[in-house]
Order: sequence, then structure tokens, then C-alpha cells
Amino acid sequence: MAVVRVEDLHKRYQADGPEAVAGIDFEVREGEIFGLLGPNGAGKTTTIGTITTRVRPTSGRVLVDGVDVGEDPVSAKLRIASVPQLSNLDRALTALENLTFHASYFGAPRRERRERARELLGRFGLGGRENDHVNNYSGGMAQRLMIARALMHQPRLLILDEPTTGLDPQSRLFLWDTMVDLRERGTTLILTTHDMIEADRLCDRIAIIDGGKIIALDTPTRLRRLLPAEHGVEVTVAANADPSPAFTAVSGTERTEARPAGDGRWRVRLYGEDDGRNSGLPEQALSAAQSGGLELIELKRLEGSLEDVFVHLTGRELRGADGARVSGRWS
Amino acid sequence: MSAVGATGSPRVAQATRNIQIRAFAALCGRDLWVTVRHELGSFLAQALLQPIFLLFVFGRVLPEIGAARPGYGTQLLPGVMALTLVLTALQNTALPLVIEFSFTKEIEDRLLAPLPVAAVALQKILIAALRGVLAGLLILPLAALILPGGIHIHGPDWAVLIPIFFFGSLAAGAMGLVLGTAVPPNRISVAFAVVLTPLIFTGCTFYPWISLHQLRWFQVFTLINPLTYVSEGLRAALTNLPHLAGGWIALGLTVALVVFGTLGTRLFIRRAVD
Repeated sequence: MAVVRVEDLHKRYQADGPEAVAGIDFEVREGEIFGLLGPNGAGKTTTIGTITTRVRPTSGRVLVDGVDVGEDPVSAKLRIASVPQLSNLDRALTALENLTFHASYFGAPRRERRERARELLGRFGLGGRENDHVNNYSGGMAQRLMIARALMHQPRLLILDEPTTGLDPQSRLFLWDTMVDLRERGTTLILTTHDMIEADRLCDRIAIIDGGKIIALDTPTRLRRLLPAEHGVEVTVAANADPSPAFTAVSGTERTEARPAGDGRWRVRLYGEDDGRNSGLPEQALSAAQSGGLELIELKRLEGSLEDVFVHLTGRELRGADGARVSGRWS
Repeated sequence: MSAVGATGSPRVAQATRNIQIRAFAALCGRDLWVTVRHELGSFLAQALLQPIFLLFVFGRVLPEIGAARPGYGTQLLPGVMALTLVLTALQNTALPLVIEFSFTKEIEDRLLAPLPVAAVALQKILIAALRGVLAGLLILPLAALILPGGIHIHGPDWAVLIPIFFFGSLAAGAMGLVLGTAVPPNRISVAFAVVLTPLIFTGCTFYPWISLHQLRWFQVFTLINPLTYVSEGLRAALTNLPHLAGGWIALGLTVALVVFGTLGTRLFIRRAVD
């Protein structure tokens, strides 16, 4: 069953301005992590704004759990929770009070909200800091507290806008684990990101958004299949000169590329389909390196990344895309 | 009753209404908690420091050095009370809104609470009005301490005092809603100076409206200022001095409440929903 259904969504902030969202349709299924991936300005935040009732669509509609968000925003708000990019914690309150008052807005009885708040604070590693004012919280702690707060009213759908932007690596990993854990507990998640690794690692399905439109929507694996075949292995060896002659004997390669990697190392890419029969590409590459007397530093399988998928679909780099080229295209 | 059983929708509507009322009450609960537990000192300082000095300088120092008539303090009291009531309610709506919409984004958690966006605005006004009423009432014991010979009030006429406090503070809260949502955050300090200074000095706080008849143009001008109606209303409730007629006071406050309330709610919704 679809927890969210977005139908032919359009949003124009100014009557004569460009469309921030130019006709988007998608469904988010119960219990999945759904990713909205795209560069800044692609329309991700606008799209989730329409789901959280904060953005009124120019046309089209959004259903949350069967409730039309535009017609009955109060019922929609009961079902959703949102974690924004930047902290919007209540700075007049302590961490514990942030959670308990949030739950009170949703009608939770006093005892229940205290118990649930303590449990969530513990789960998010904030036990012992519950009476601190949130001003004293670090970015990572604030992020965790916002997620804890969002879970206080047990929403069907949790929306996270760029949840790991600006977090240190440790907090980022913690957050990833948290999201997977939430999915296992039955919460449906939508997250926006421009981080390919994050999308790849977490999401069950991903909608790639660019210029206010969905240009691809599928599982990460299937999205990668959109790439033209670029399979093979990459071998890094210690060598003073181009080591590619050592790899000519490897069978099944269509093309070989060698580049110096600095520090007396070379990176050799052997492109070809590895069908797993006979001796595969990795094994052959390994033995070729050994028989060529080359010290092996690293061996890895080449697999298209979501980044490659984005470049393939749009002809632009994802990270560089938020700059002049995008605004130039739209204005 | 049978209709309820047949369709179930009135029951759903009732349940939704209850959810919204509970959410509204919970938002008020949060604000009262913060007022009492976390911000009592700063709230009192913000609300009362100015009137304390006004009462002291105008009600005590000036008469004692002969720069004002003895008893000017008693004349001044309703005005200072009105000024405190209005400024507290106005600032307690406007300032938090500016900060919450622009910097802390705290408003977002309220906007996602299960109640209509307009109700969030009304709740802000209500709490600010309550703070205004509290500050206004505290003027009485303060004046009793500061003014020479304590306070000499005539009455009070509760039937006038209560509605003036009630509608005056709400109207001021509504003005704060307009100010807090209409002014961009980088201009707020300018806006406060530009709005508050004329508001303070044209609101019949330091002089009764009737006594302005020799300065007719100014007397008419003060009628634009909602504070005039609160000052004159409290003058009517607490003194036997001549004052603006009751009907005009009621009309002035009603117009202020309706105009600023409607405008402020519209502006608030525009800020809250893109």
C-alpha cells in the first residue's frame, strides 16, 4: 500500500517565475526508504514541502495515507513527521522538554510522553543530557534530538531533508544505522539527499530529480543498469613504468587503460564482461600481476555508481550542478 | 444522534476538533511553562523596567523638583498601565515571530502540530495578550511603591477595566502579529523604532485626550493610535478625569482588533505556507 502518493505535482513560487516542480508523480510504499536525489534547486525540498503541508502546490495533489494534504492538512499532520536540514529545536526548552511538549501537541498523555521521551533519548545516545538546554547541543546531537522528537508522536511517515549534510562521519554513520533501524520497526521514510553514497546505501528506491522533474525512479541496482556496460576490474600496482603489457594475457577484456596514480603506483582498468565462468577477471588480473612481478596494492571491481547514473542521465556532474550551469539553464 | 451513528462523519469531525483544541491548549501550555520556568526574570525585566522608570521620573522626580504638578503621577498611572499592556503584548508577539520565522525556525514544530495554521497565529496573540495583562496588572503594586503617597484611584470600575484589558491586549497582540510577519528580519530594529516611538508618544499615555482640545490636529491624529483607546479606557476605569466617550473607545478597539487581527493572520499564513 502507498503511504504517499504524489500526483502530477506542479509548483511555481511566483506567477511569472520558473516552475520549481514541473510535474512530479511517485508513490512511496509502506515500510520503504524512499530517496529523492538531485542537485540543489532540483525541486526536492519543494516536493517534500508539499507533503508536510508547508508548500501549497500550484496544481496536482498529495495523498498521505489516503488523506489529501491540501484538503485536510490537520489529519495529514497527524501522520507525518519532518526533520529539517537545519535545527529548529525549541531553544527555550531542555532536550527532554523538546520531546515531551512536542508529544503534548499531539495529545499524548503526560506519563506516556515522559516515558517515551526517556526511551528515545536513550536510544539516540542522549541519555544523561536530557536536562541540557538544546543550545548546548552539537550539530550531531541536535540532529538526533530532532529525529527523536519526530518519533514522539509515532508518525507513519518520517521525512528527512538532507539529514547528514554537515555532520561528522561518526554522526553520519549513526544516522544511517538509525534510518535502517526505523525501517525495520515499520516506519516509512523519505529522505532527500545529494549524496550518492547515502542514497545508494540506504534507499530501497530512488527518484532522481533534476529541473523539477523525475528523470529516473527505481532501485539503486536497477538505476545502475541504466549505465552502458562499463564493467571490469581496477588493479593498482607498484610500478615505475606503464605495467599494462603484463595484463595483455587476460582473456575477455575489451579495453585496457593504465594511468599513473602517483607515489610509484599505476592504476590499470581492465574493461570487460565478467560472466563468472572459467577464471573470472579478478582472478586473472591477480595472477597476471603476480606473474609480471608487480606488487599488488588494490584490486576492485568496477561498478557504476549512482553518480555515474546522474551524469549519464543529465550530462552534468551532481555536485557541480548546483552552480552557474543549472541556474543558467533555468533562467 | 441517529445521524451520527449512520454516517459517523460528525463523530470524526468532533474527534478532529478535539485534537485541534488539545493541540491549541498544549501550545499554550508550552508558552506558559516557558514564561514561568525559563523566562520569568527576562519577561519581567522587559515588561516592567520601562514603566518603573516612567513612574519614577514623571510621577516622583518631576513633581518633587517642581517641574510637574503634584498629583501628576495619579494622572499618569492609567497611561503607564496602558502603555505597558500594549507594548508587552505587541512585543511578545512580534519579536518571537521574527526570530522563530527567520533564525531559529522554532515555529516549524508548531506549524506541523495538528491544528490549522491560523490557530497557531491566534495562539501567539493569546499568550502575548496574557503576558500584557499580567504586566499591566503589576503596574498597580509598583505604582503604590513608587508614587509619592501611593496610588489614588477612583473605582476601579471593573465593568470597564476588564474589557479594556481583554480587548486592548488582544488588539496589541494582533498589531504585533502584523509587525512580526510583515517586516523582514534585517529591518526589524528599524521597524521597531519607527513604529514604537510614535506609538508611545501619540497614545494619550502622558496626557488625557480631552486636554488636547487646544491642539485639535494632534487630538484627531491620536485617534489613529490604538493605544489611545486603551489609555482612555483605563482613565475611565481608574480615575474621575474626563475621558474619551465609552462608545468611541469600544469602536476604536474593535476596529484595531478586526483590522490587525485579519491582516496579521493573513500575513502569518503567507509566511507559514509557501
